[in-house]
Amino acid sequence: MKFLHLIWSNLRRKKLRTSLTLLSIVVAFILFGFLAAIQEALVGGVALAGADRLIVREKVSIINLLPVSYEARMDRIPGVDFSTHQTWFGGVYQDPKNFFMQNPVEPEKFLKMHPEIILPPDEEKAWLATRTGAIVGRRTAERFGWKIGDKVPIRSTIWTQPDGSQTWTFDIVGIYDGKDKGTDTTPMFFRYDYFDEARQQWGKGQVGWYTIRIKDPSQAAEVAKRVDEEFENSPAETKTEPEGAFIQGWASQLGNIVFIVAAILSAVFFTILLVTGNTMAQAVRERTGELGVLKAIGFTNAQVVALVLAESCLLTVIGGVVGLGLARAITPVVAQNLAGLLPMFFLPTHDLFIGFGLSIALGLVTGIFPALQAMRLRVADALRRM
Amino acid sequence: MSENNANSGTLVQVERVGKVFHRGSEEIHVLADLSLKVPAGEFLALMGPSGSGKTTLLNLIGGLDRPTNGSVAVAGERLDQLSDHALAAWRARHIGFVFQLYNLMPVLTAERNVELPLLLTHLSRAERKKHVETALAVVGLSHRAKHYPRTLSGGEQQRVGIARGIVTDPTLLLCDEPTGDLDRKAGDEILNLLQSLNREHGKTIVMVTHDPHASARAVRTLHLDKGQLSNGEVK
Repeated sequence: MKFLHLIWSNLRRKKLRTSLTLLSIVVAFILFGFLAAIQEALVGGVALAGADRLIVREKVSIINLLPVSYEARMDRIPGVDFSTHQTWFGGVYQDPKNFFMQNPVEPEKFLKMHPEIILPPDEEKAWLATRTGAIVGRRTAERFGWKIGDKVPIRSTIWTQPDGSQTWTFDIVGIYDGKDKGTDTTPMFFRYDYFDEARQQWGKGQVGWYTIRIKDPSQAAEVAKRVDEEFENSPAETKTEPEGAFIQGWASQLGNIVFIVAAILSAVFFTILLVTGNTMAQAVRERTGELGVLKAIGFTNAQVVALVLAESCLLTVIGGVVGLGLARAITPVVAQNLAGLLPMFFLPTHDLFIGFGLSIALGLVTGIFPALQAMRLRVADALRRM
Repeated sequence: MSENNANSGTLVQVERVGKVFHRGSEEIHVLADLSLKVPAGEFLALMGPSGSGKTTLLNLIGGLDRPTNGSVAVAGERLDQLSDHALAAWRARHIGFVFQLYNLMPVLTAERNVELPLLLTHLSRAERKKHVETALAVVGLSHRAKHYPRTLSGGEQQRVGIARGIVTDPTLLLCDEPTGDLDRKAGDEILNLLQSLNREHGKTIVMVTHDPHASARAVRTLHLDKGQLSNGEVK
């Protein structure tokens, strides 16, 4: 700590140069934060996916429906605890840009399948008692200012009622929260029985996909195989996979998200490495005489190396902390505007720690060559350059 | 600060030292077979024309460079036998340097500059502050402690340099042309200060200079020419 003043004073030597370098580091870490949030939004659900849940969809495409009768057959397959279904409703609330997911479900089985959804018991009871009842996640409820008791009209782009109307009205009977920060609380769920009875003939008795709870997560692959074998050679063959893989598959449609993020960040940090490295190299070159004086006074080579590394690390850590802090502060604002598109847009805490570690690593890498240069200075030669 | 006994024996012993520099394929013999003894408490001036090897000899005595042959001992310690790390630690304990161009850190105040050698000790912050105040008082610059070098005159900067050189109470003070960049008046103030450190505080001082006016302030003057003491070893 007693050297901190010397290190800080050296950083402030060329204020403009230091400020510009710092700004570039801040921007790099803001970008890091946003990309981490995007990655979390697209594939973060994989980590939260239930290890004991499988998704069963139509083999050719998820837009093809499956018979509701499959549920009873699936429940009899060895290794299956129970199953339930959902269907894509594709509704619009007021404006298409107000996107959020709405799916018809079997309430009791749905809540049992998804313990990460926290719904007060009285609201669950109300849902079971109200055919047109719907529960909505807190994020969407807050977004539109919905309260329990509100009647909400949703226009479906797919499903039509017998009278030709595509507008469905639901009663908000519950607002649920997520057990974890990463739980999506944007979707709305309503009753399948109301949906199936009220929709036109097309699609009646059919559902979008099933979720299966298996008894032993280690048997996931075997149970998935059994499910697909059960429906082989039927008009609607199935593809069964773990929930995590299913979520990953959606993200993969955009490309290898993890690879894309890593590639962008690599390019950004390589550029920052060159900028900061150049700043540090210049700083050491300008101070050859002063470093000679420090050595003359009695600073050892190791101490001189440590001083240079400490200076570069202080610069990168300040930039990293500010950048990550800004990213953390701004992501909720961005998330509000993205709302339905990327429901789980936030900067995870573990990525903050990774970012902090990166800032230190950046400081060490950019400082090591100038530090070694300083170490190799011959005192007598350096003093002549003062 | 403690006082040294001016008659306590040989402090610096240089034995048949030679120094050769290599510039590409060329060899430059700066010092050749030079021997020298400096008693503790002496104020010695080394004079000579440019290129005579004065600064090189000073650097060898101060452990800033190593002789090509021969030995250098200060307070009984053979400098040529110490590792780089040990030599740095030795310098921190035993040597105070005063440079021609002051060599202050422009980003530090006068008191922070003076404090630099103390950062290498185990003194607490309060103790370091006390030593710095004492050193600045000795050189008469207590009132300029919080000033940066750019706001100090040449003479004041050199006095800060001297304060930095004495703050650890070193065994030996080495001055390389301390008045070389100053006018006569400022130079005299510096020489007065160095004389005072020697006479009143018993500091052993070796000063390199090409100015006879400066060397006249020393107790003894040796002349260096083409890497050798022109009048041989003088005790």
